[in-house]
Amino acid sequence: MVAAANKSAVGRAPTAKAPARAAAKSPARRSDKMAAVPEFTKAEELEAYRRMLEIRRFEEKAGQLYGMGLIGGFCHLYIGQEAVVVGMQAALKQGDQVITGYRDHGHMLACGMDPKGVMAELTGRRGGYSKGKGGSMHMFSTEKGFFGGHGIVGAQVSLGTGLAFANHYRDNGSVTLAYFGDGAANQGQVYESFNMAELWKLPVVYIIENNKYAMGTAVNRASAQTDFSKRGSSFNIPGEQVDGMDVRAVKAAGERAVEFARSGKGPYILEMLTYRYRGHSMSDPAKYRSKEEVQKMRTEHDPIEQVRNRLLEKKWATEEELKAIDAELRDQMNAAADFASADPEPDPSELYTDILR
Amino acid sequence: MPTEVLMPALSPTMEKGNLAKWLKKEGDQVRSGDVIAEIETDKATMEVEAIDEGTLGKILVPEGTQDVTVNTPIAVILAEGEDASAVSAPSPQAAESAPPVAAAPLEPSPVAASAPATPAVVNSAVAAPPQPETVPEPDVPEGTEFVSQTMREALRDAMAEEMRRDGDVFVMGEEVAEYQGAYKITQGLLQEFGARRVIDTPITEHGFAGVGVGAAMAGLKPIVEFMTFNFAMQAIDQIINSAAKTLYMSGGQITCSIVFRGPNGAAARVAAQHSQDYTSWYSHIPGLKVVAPYTAADAKGLLKSAIRDPNPIIFLENEILYGHSSPVPKLDDFTVPIGKAKIARPGKDVTLVAWSIGMNYALKAAEELSKLGIEAEVIDLRTIRPMDVETIVASVKKTGRCVTVEEGWHQSGVGSEIVAQLMEKAFDYLDAPVLRVTGKDVPMPYAANLEKLALPSVQDVIDAARAVTYR
Repeated sequence: MVAAANKSAVGRAPTAKAPARAAAKSPARRSDKMAAVPEFTKAEELEAYRRMLEIRRFEEKAGQLYGMGLIGGFCHLYIGQEAVVVGMQAALKQGDQVITGYRDHGHMLACGMDPKGVMAELTGRRGGYSKGKGGSMHMFSTEKGFFGGHGIVGAQVSLGTGLAFANHYRDNGSVTLAYFGDGAANQGQVYESFNMAELWKLPVVYIIENNKYAMGTAVNRASAQTDFSKRGSSFNIPGEQVDGMDVRAVKAAGERAVEFARSGKGPYILEMLTYRYRGHSMSDPAKYRSKEEVQKMRTEHDPIEQVRNRLLEKKWATEEELKAIDAELRDQMNAAADFASADPEPDPSELYTDILR
Repeated sequence: MPTEVLMPALSPTMEKGNLAKWLKKEGDQVRSGDVIAEIETDKATMEVEAIDEGTLGKILVPEGTQDVTVNTPIAVILAEGEDASAVSAPSPQAAESAPPVAAAPLEPSPVAASAPATPAVVNSAVAAPPQPETVPEPDVPEGTEFVSQTMREALRDAMAEEMRRDGDVFVMGEEVAEYQGAYKITQGLLQEFGARRVIDTPITEHGFAGVGVGAAMAGLKPIVEFMTFNFAMQAIDQIINSAAKTLYMSGGQITCSIVFRGPNGAAARVAAQHSQDYTSWYSHIPGLKVVAPYTAADAKGLLKSAIRDPNPIIFLENEILYGHSSPVPKLDDFTVPIGKAKIARPGKDVTLVAWSIGMNYALKAAEELSKLGIEAEVIDLRTIRPMDVETIVASVKKTGRCVTVEEGWHQSGVGSEIVAQLMEKAFDYLDAPVLRVTGKDVPMPYAANLEKLALPSVQDVIDAARAVTYR
């Protein structure tokens, strides 16, 4: 606020420096420049519903297991942001890669990784994707094109640029999605990577998941430029803001961006305006925002409810059919939780494996 | 008084150069700032300017002369009324193999810079190394021919050979391509392999280290050159958190075959921020291998092994050693295994353990100690992690005494680790406490005399060896 006051003092118009709660009143912040939202087919709506609900039910179950003491350390839930990864994944092809930060469970499920393996990694068991040695923030599946799962804020942006470098080097036509948050967007290496990606025309799409809070700090308290789609402008990287709560808008923007990158034109930035319902991590009571703000998002912008309402309105599905999908997913997550609770811990000999190849 | 034009140094570490061309001839009038000659090293070419007004009275070193020692008079400029016949031609110093006097600060007393003429006398921090040992490389078949190469050439050849062998190998870094390498280690690679595989990066260590690691995670084999390891501190998060740990954190799924290489430690007269030895920093980290060669042959063989290794490798070079020549086996595919130390000089009275430029001090000290009747066994560690403790312990079981030598600081240094290993594995064989010769516990000063005091010296090693042998 000191900076804002100074700016006013020298006569500049203060930029959006409203208090955090006021700033988040219109969370999706749909701006005029956002592209029109194309309709989904019935099959697309049903698929999106299932994929997003899968993530939500997984995360709810993970939250439960955390509360029971089965998951240790840090655990960052993705609830509320499901439309981003599900919409983006629909724009990808076989061979494309995904990399993200520590809030990564949704990305892994969207990539097609098995909920059992992800949950078992959360509980630190041998059947986890990293044999129990990585935990919530560090999982990988080269088979599914998922390259982590990185715990250092911003590191995945340079690493993802490197994955894209490899695609470019091999001229294999693959594209990398590098996800990061509004907090990571202020890290220096992000801009070092932007520069190289544009300089070398690397096939990478940078997806900034702006959920309005970097841990407990509202974007307008941490960012001089809160329109993250403009963050590539000094490198000539095109960017757009996307309603990240609407899976149709995400998919359409994703297709534009991925096509741009795949055609050799270089990187592209998508700012996803989204929202996380839970705290930053399990230990965060989220006192920095009001209950009303969260409730408003849930009732007016929930990505899953939006799809559900359309399916019902268009009579593409009945309440019973949607309930059946939900029941199936709940069963699947219960099975994942059972597996993750019963699976043994890693053998003590694993302590000394995988240090060097 | 005629003005002498001296052979200039292109860098603080240059000791010799070639006089490529005279652009003025005897009798020509020159003014201050006129370009009168061109000199070159394997690193770069530079123009020599006249430093005074007058007549180019006499050319003392003809063009085409190789290996002219820095500060040798190469010409004289005569003021009005002066005569060239007054100038006595100095004894030619070209092609001498002895180290230049100006670059011998390992002696106990500083060598005064006596020449008043410009350019300034250059005091290299460390003299040319002793003649490399003739102990044959264990991996080299008997009867192999050796060729003399600088470490610079050996490193370049290693990269070129591996790039020919494997299309996934590429090199990236600041000035590696068009400039031919800030220290000319990548000379000629752009011409042979093209811009796709020899990649100039912006000055963004953190970013390009991360890009390199990401490319390695995708299965490529990057060689990331840091102009010096001082700048790699900007990138150390990607080196440690991403490169070194991801194999473990992924349960063995994600490999990272990458080489981070560049000069490490003190060069000469570049002060604290540009003169730090990072050997012990990286040697602390599980998931990394740390290599620090001393000879050209080891540099070549170890770099080739490093490029092929499926793990992240920290390859620590030394700027002062770049220009030093030693024999390299003439083999189609010469590699040196990572993790194996070498007995560089056999002895029975005391074990000296060193690596990289520390070997300079150790070998010179061993020569001096020999004159005192103390036969030192010198171990060139070559790889710092994984450390070949077995070779050190075997030697100490024989000698009963040990001194470690490094330019890095003593606290938590590599020497400290060696001491601890000997306490655990050779305690009953020790006849004296193990001593460490290290850089002094200060940031590197700029002033020539202080810099010399901050670095270890041959005398330090001799003193330590005498202390542990009680002689």
